[in-house]
Amino acid sequence: MREYEIVIIGGGSAGIAAAIAAYNKGCSDILILEKDKELGGILLQCIHNGFGLHRFKEELAGPAYAEKWVDMLKDTDVVVKTGTTVTHLTSDKKITYVNKDEGYVTVSAKAIIVSVGCRERARGNIATPGYRPSGVWSAGTAQKYINMQGYMVGKRVFILGSGDIGLIMARRMTLEGAKVLGVAELMPYSNGLPRNMKQCLEDFDIPLYLSHTVSDIRGKDRLTGITISRVDENLQPIAGTEIDFDVDTLLLSVGLIPDSALFEEAGIELHRKTKGPVVDEHLMTSLPGVFACGNGLHVHDLVDFVSMEGEEAGSSAAKYVLDKDYREACDKRSDGEGDDTLALVPGDGIGYVLPSKIHGSLMEDSLEIKMRVTRNDRKVKLVMKAGDKVIKSLNKPRIAPSEMEKMVVRKTELEGITGTVTLSVEA
Amino acid sequence: MYDIIIIGAGINGSFLAHELSKTECSVLVLDKNADVADGASMANSAIVHSGHDPKPGTLKCRLNVRGNRMYPDICKELGVMYKNCSAFVVATDEEESKVLDKLIGQSNERDIPCIEYDGDKARELEPNLSKNVIRAIELPTTGIIYPWEVAIALMEEAVMNGVELRLSEEVTGIKKSDDVFTVSTDKGNYESRYVLNVAGVYADKIYEMLIGEDPGFHITPRRGEYYVLDEMDKPPVSRVIYPVPGPNGKGVLVVPTVHGNTLLGPNSEPIEDKEANNTTADALSYVKKNVCKTVDNIPFDKIIRTFAGLRPSGDTGDFVIEESKVEGFINVACIESPGLASAPAIAEYVLTELMKGRWTFPAKVEYKHRKPVKVLAEMSDEDKNSLVKENPAYGEIVCRCRRVSKGEVLDVIRRPVGATTVKGVKKRIGPGMGRCQGGFCEPLIVEILASELGIAMEDVRYGSKDSYILMDRMGADASHGKEQP
Amino acid sequence: MEKKLTCIVCPMGCEITVDLDDKGNILSISGNTCNRGEEYAKNELTHPMRQLTSTVGIDGGIYNRLPVILSDNIPREKMFDVMEAIGKVRAKAPVKRGDVILSDVCGLGVDLLASRSM
Repeated sequence: MREYEIVIIGGGSAGIAAAIAAYNKGCSDILILEKDKELGGILLQCIHNGFGLHRFKEELAGPAYAEKWVDMLKDTDVVVKTGTTVTHLTSDKKITYVNKDEGYVTVSAKAIIVSVGCRERARGNIATPGYRPSGVWSAGTAQKYINMQGYMVGKRVFILGSGDIGLIMARRMTLEGAKVLGVAELMPYSNGLPRNMKQCLEDFDIPLYLSHTVSDIRGKDRLTGITISRVDENLQPIAGTEIDFDVDTLLLSVGLIPDSALFEEAGIELHRKTKGPVVDEHLMTSLPGVFACGNGLHVHDLVDFVSMEGEEAGSSAAKYVLDKDYREACDKRSDGEGDDTLALVPGDGIGYVLPSKIHGSLMEDSLEIKMRVTRNDRKVKLVMKAGDKVIKSLNKPRIAPSEMEKMVVRKTELEGITGTVTLSVEA
Repeated sequence: MYDIIIIGAGINGSFLAHELSKTECSVLVLDKNADVADGASMANSAIVHSGHDPKPGTLKCRLNVRGNRMYPDICKELGVMYKNCSAFVVATDEEESKVLDKLIGQSNERDIPCIEYDGDKARELEPNLSKNVIRAIELPTTGIIYPWEVAIALMEEAVMNGVELRLSEEVTGIKKSDDVFTVSTDKGNYESRYVLNVAGVYADKIYEMLIGEDPGFHITPRRGEYYVLDEMDKPPVSRVIYPVPGPNGKGVLVVPTVHGNTLLGPNSEPIEDKEANNTTADALSYVKKNVCKTVDNIPFDKIIRTFAGLRPSGDTGDFVIEESKVEGFINVACIESPGLASAPAIAEYVLTELMKGRWTFPAKVEYKHRKPVKVLAEMSDEDKNSLVKENPAYGEIVCRCRRVSKGEVLDVIRRPVGATTVKGVKKRIGPGMGRCQGGFCEPLIVEILASELGIAMEDVRYGSKDSYILMDRMGADASHGKEQP
Repeated sequence: MEKKLTCIVCPMGCEITVDLDDKGNILSISGNTCNRGEEYAKNELTHPMRQLTSTVGIDGGIYNRLPVILSDNIPREKMFDVMEAIGKVRAKAPVKRGDVILSDVCGLGVDLLASRSM
């Protein structure tokens, strides 16, 4: 069985960045396995612009952003297999992949980076009642039909969920001649970026129905109409608030979930909230030597941050391969956590914190902690505490659940701290 | 002129066609839907009940008990999935416990294996059984199948052996003169000596077309709504969990599926509209509430789909299986639960008992058996690789959730009674059934169907004939004709 | 008079406050975190400008469609005219990222560029 230094599962923005970072750290035997016919992942269908501002200081369309990364990868010796799907990942770090030329092949790796991205929540996940006609899609599926295959999916459209993909599709379909009749959002606030609210909805006078959901779907063959209803404080539809729309298409932009199938198969511990794996300060999962990054770890707001997280995972994996002391320390962890392990937990106003734990002795000089807040607010502080002791505090002019918050903590700041560290939003 | 026309290609029509295909007779099967098993056979609990529950002395009772015994061998012969998963009927109070006594008595009378447990012992075997369960009986002969898979396999073999199948043809009229039936559809007229009316929820209407008066039985569909939970390594239950049966049937169940999914449901609501297979918020919340009475720790966050099915419930209290007052016209009607479990026995009953002596078709000398559908996920790497070598399409995964290759999709399109729609592919080999619910694979399946069927992408349908998926090609492509990608 | 605008220049979406006098002249612009935000605010009040991306059909490409982007923003009210012009274009592989697929779209002085190589 061929053993690689590093195998990267998924050649989207996280995986490519991970490969380049690992290569630059000194690993040379790296393999990327990508299921599609090219590298780039979901970026290839995200033809809108807005990518790269943080990483490249310029604003690029999705395919252009991907191409820049692929060009950088070409300067390395990283081996890429496209059209190659990973079918199995086992707890002894064996990977089975399949493609047309080689068939099913099992390989092993010293380190594995899982950067498989996420999937969209579908109608079934939110159990919207009604008929089950064609014409109801997650927004990204419609995006693929339109931007990659070149087919319009409908003429009169309603969108459930104000996530960015939904908003972007509202603009895209309007420009292609469809009539978008409205966007309903379950929460009392929008989930999309402010710029998308502006240029995707306001520009075209598309109404946004906050605190509304789709309560019925009609049409026995193709969708013929939907009903939306206002929701109460328990997010349940209120009788008597129904509004009907005659539409042939309903797009769902109701959230993304890390694709956790491989983690599940390998017995890797999953995070209750993110639905991705639990990771430590090096983005290492509960299985030593297996790292995770990108939307397969937790769902990001901007692709630049996905790439940066990929770079982190790539560096960590390289360290695991090249640094014997670190590797042995990690491998030992599978027997249980040490005394130096800090648990990072969400406090008031925080949905989740990533990583969930920090191994004090292994931590680099500084660490970027990522978190999602649970409410919109202004002029607040993000506070990191151990018990009553404030470790760090960060002023935020505004926070929103749709945006990832970050806090950099230095190793020195955590010295002497044990047990649990809480992150919360304070006034 | 056919010997027999079968109206309805559901599980019962398929069993009848399959049985008849073993003899030298000419058979035409008509169905208004675009695929085999698109009605009641598509949306139900998918259980081969043991036969413990039907009222004594009914056809339901007799045919269920018999059907349950027939299924394992039939599924094996056809090369389709059958899992002998067993079942519990559970009681949560003394009243319910008395019902268990009755079921034990019935099971014993019917030679159905039946084991009694107290609540704790039952929970040892099914750890997620509700704390409120005080007593349970196990019915180890209970099985689970994919009903549409069985129906498609039966119809495929029937067609391989000469049965003619016409889908997307709706029967619009039936006449009889000079011992010949003329069955009219929206596409043509067909003649036969016999007609088997196996039209599911429409069986009363079909019969009414012939006799022009009240058919004497009426079908008011009872809608049952379900949740589907994602595949899990350890599903919440490994056996079917029934509450004690009530006036509305078997109650709200927790059912493992052959692929590791779990069904929760159904409720039971009479519906006049024979097409109203929509789900409703009220019924779904009723289902949620009721499954919690028998099973704890149900992971509702793993819901990937909801669906509703319409059971063809009659008003006579039993299946209506009879030669009608018009000689040669046979009603196989009101086949509600346990219709699926009874299906093989229903076909046997019609052919060897009801029509005994009337149908004397000689047995076919040579009978062709179908080859099971290739499912790569169930093969050894060695076998998979020899397939990939033969045809690289087996190395191209199109469905990540179920790990289905393009080669397998092509197979189910190319087989007899092959898939012609996205739903048809889903029923036969699984893409769209997994956790992405088609989000990733549907565009790929549409491409494969278009190129394989030689039609334009926009002519590919989801399921029924008007369930279009794509509209026109965009921009300058539109003027470039309908060339395929 | 005060006017609040959501900046769409980048994903940060700064909330910009523009102070106007009675005649609509801009007195001050605040809330933006970069110079582009200031320019956006000025434009937005007088003649809103938008970027536009789409796809064109391509012959001999790995996919049916080539993603395209404009070399610069265009007046918002011209978006549908530009879409119509884009709809008439067909590209031929190979193209390189940044290649001009259609020059001076609708006489607006902007070019239609390939977003990727194909």
